[in-house]
Amino acid sequence: MHATVSNDVPSAERTAEAARNAKDTRDDRIFGWVLKACALLVLLALVGAAGSTLWLGWDAFHTFGFGFLTSATWDPSNDQYGALVPIMGTVGTAFIALLFAVPVSFGIALFLTEIAPQWLRGPVSSAIELLAGIPSIIYGMWGLFIFAPFVAEHVKPWLMNNFSADPPDGQVSWLVQHVPWIARFFSSEYPFFGAGVFTAGLVLAVMIIPFISSVMREVFQTVPTRLKESAYALGSSTWEVVWDIVVPYTRTAVIGGIFLGLGRALGETMAVAFVLGNTFKFSWSFLETGSSIASTIANQFGEAQGLQRSSLMAIAFLLFVVTFIVLLIARLMLRRLKTKEGK
Amino acid sequence: MVAVSLFGMGAAQATDITGAGSSFVYPVLSKWSASYSETTGNKINYQSVGSGAGIAQIKEGTIDFGASDAPMSGEDLAKFGLGQFPSVVGGIVPVVNLQGVQAGQLKLTGAVLADIYMGKIARWSDPAIAALNPGLKIPDNKITVVHRSDGSGTSFNFTNYLSKVSPEWASKVKFGTAVEWPAGVGGKGNEGVSQYVRQIPGSIGYVEYAYAKKNSISYAQLQNASGKWVQPNAETFGAAAATADWASAKDFNVIMTNAPGDQAWPITATTWIIMYKKSKNASHTKVAFDFFKYSLEKGQSAAASLDYVALPATLVQKIEAYWASDFGNK
Repeated sequence: MHATVSNDVPSAERTAEAARNAKDTRDDRIFGWVLKACALLVLLALVGAAGSTLWLGWDAFHTFGFGFLTSATWDPSNDQYGALVPIMGTVGTAFIALLFAVPVSFGIALFLTEIAPQWLRGPVSSAIELLAGIPSIIYGMWGLFIFAPFVAEHVKPWLMNNFSADPPDGQVSWLVQHVPWIARFFSSEYPFFGAGVFTAGLVLAVMIIPFISSVMREVFQTVPTRLKESAYALGSSTWEVVWDIVVPYTRTAVIGGIFLGLGRALGETMAVAFVLGNTFKFSWSFLETGSSIASTIANQFGEAQGLQRSSLMAIAFLLFVVTFIVLLIARLMLRRLKTKEGK
Repeated sequence: MVAVSLFGMGAAQATDITGAGSSFVYPVLSKWSASYSETTGNKINYQSVGSGAGIAQIKEGTIDFGASDAPMSGEDLAKFGLGQFPSVVGGIVPVVNLQGVQAGQLKLTGAVLADIYMGKIARWSDPAIAALNPGLKIPDNKITVVHRSDGSGTSFNFTNYLSKVSPEWASKVKFGTAVEWPAGVGGKGNEGVSQYVRQIPGSIGYVEYAYAKKNSISYAQLQNASGKWVQPNAETFGAAAATADWASAKDFNVIMTNAPGDQAWPITATTWIIMYKKSKNASHTKVAFDFFKYSLEKGQSAAASLDYVALPATLVQKIEAYWASDFGNK
């Protein structure tokens, strides 16, 4: 009796354990599938969105061929479309935005993690996060009513006096006389008008600073205090600690943050539509008006039909392509940095 | 008060109808529908999604009426079994930023306006402008042209006018909700254009009359088709609606710009309401006609308060006759 029981219990326990193991394996597998489905969903959404814009824009690609990429015409009444000006506008405004946003964000993040007194960190961080929450139409209105007139009155005349071949004060600067090509980037058909690629880039910079700086701040905080304190103990200055310890330690995440901001700058619609001037004339100048892909779509989609609608879809697909190329460049840069590190 | 609530209960089977399209007509349409549903209990849901989208939706039959700033062609109407009629009139005015020039002082002809928008007249001191404005002191600014950047009915009517007065515009630029502008910069919406014009000395733009009035930007007077100088206001917009050539057009397919008549403002626009001639939903169509009858006959003051002009009585009669003949609505 006793023996059977003692034999019986472990076997029951064993079957229970086996059942539990089987259940765990099954649950694990289901959990794995769910996670895989989540990840695939993102991929599916991306491929679906890119695919549907390509499909709806096929008519335009088919009609204009390769010329669609190189033509600066956008003529709805004669049904002739080209993507060159919107692509240049998108890349140009995003470039200017990064040019200003990256150093400023770097400064903000360093100040908050390394230099600022404890009591100041909270309020400044919340202020930056609040900036990220402002809807883009508000930035657009601010840009149109306040910032563009400010640029026209104070910033643009200075830039044109120093860098353009046709300055308002009539004196062509030394720089322009001696450096070829530079004047080409600073010409302007409407010298007294604030809107343009440069202004749009600055508005975008203000919009992406919160994104980049909060990512930078988060990752700067992850640098082990041990490392920094060792460096300080060896007599490094704050700048040396930052440049030689903090930045290398966080480089990948910092670049990730920059590209998060860049992604927003490339796709920003409303703010840009108000301060870019919305013209379809090709120009190398930052001070000229232009168009971006997103603003063109926002401006024209409501009333577009036929080939015009298809062309708008086609440039939407090109925005995917531009973003993809930019990300690819970022990856390659990171890889090169890593191989250099190895040597 | 009691009467109103009783009436409300009486109309317990209130019908909701849906329309979509032009944003030009949206303010006045929503004012009309508010006062209409107060008296009848029926609700009009209107989505201001743009004329193109309104036409697309009525073609698919997902809404009870569409509204478009450009008339549909006879072929398209016949193909889908649709009919259209005008609803309300508004004016589009050229606005300028010239120091010392007051509202309504500057005189422009259609031909000069077209040359300015082509970039052929580039300075305000141009002899063509001076000849029209003897005695008016115009500062010698460079002209900056401002146009709409978004596809819009305002641009449609403005470019249509320029096509009618300038053969060169008609052959090179043509007209539409968006065109390839030969010169100038694009502002988004009426507010974008009026803001650009205020910021740039020597600029010229075009906006709906209400915007020019509200923002007190100085507008120009124009020479109309019969050679008379006219100021933009309710009388001249109404005159254009009355003298436009409705009689010879089927389905009111007339773009009102450059209308004949001594008093007519040359850039006057309307929004067409588009509906199925053979009703797809009888009770909804009945409410829709009831609503438009109410707005055409009793909506004048609501329209005037928003700087639109209600259609002249002669035109309203024509529209109601059209309803009876083409839609079978008596």
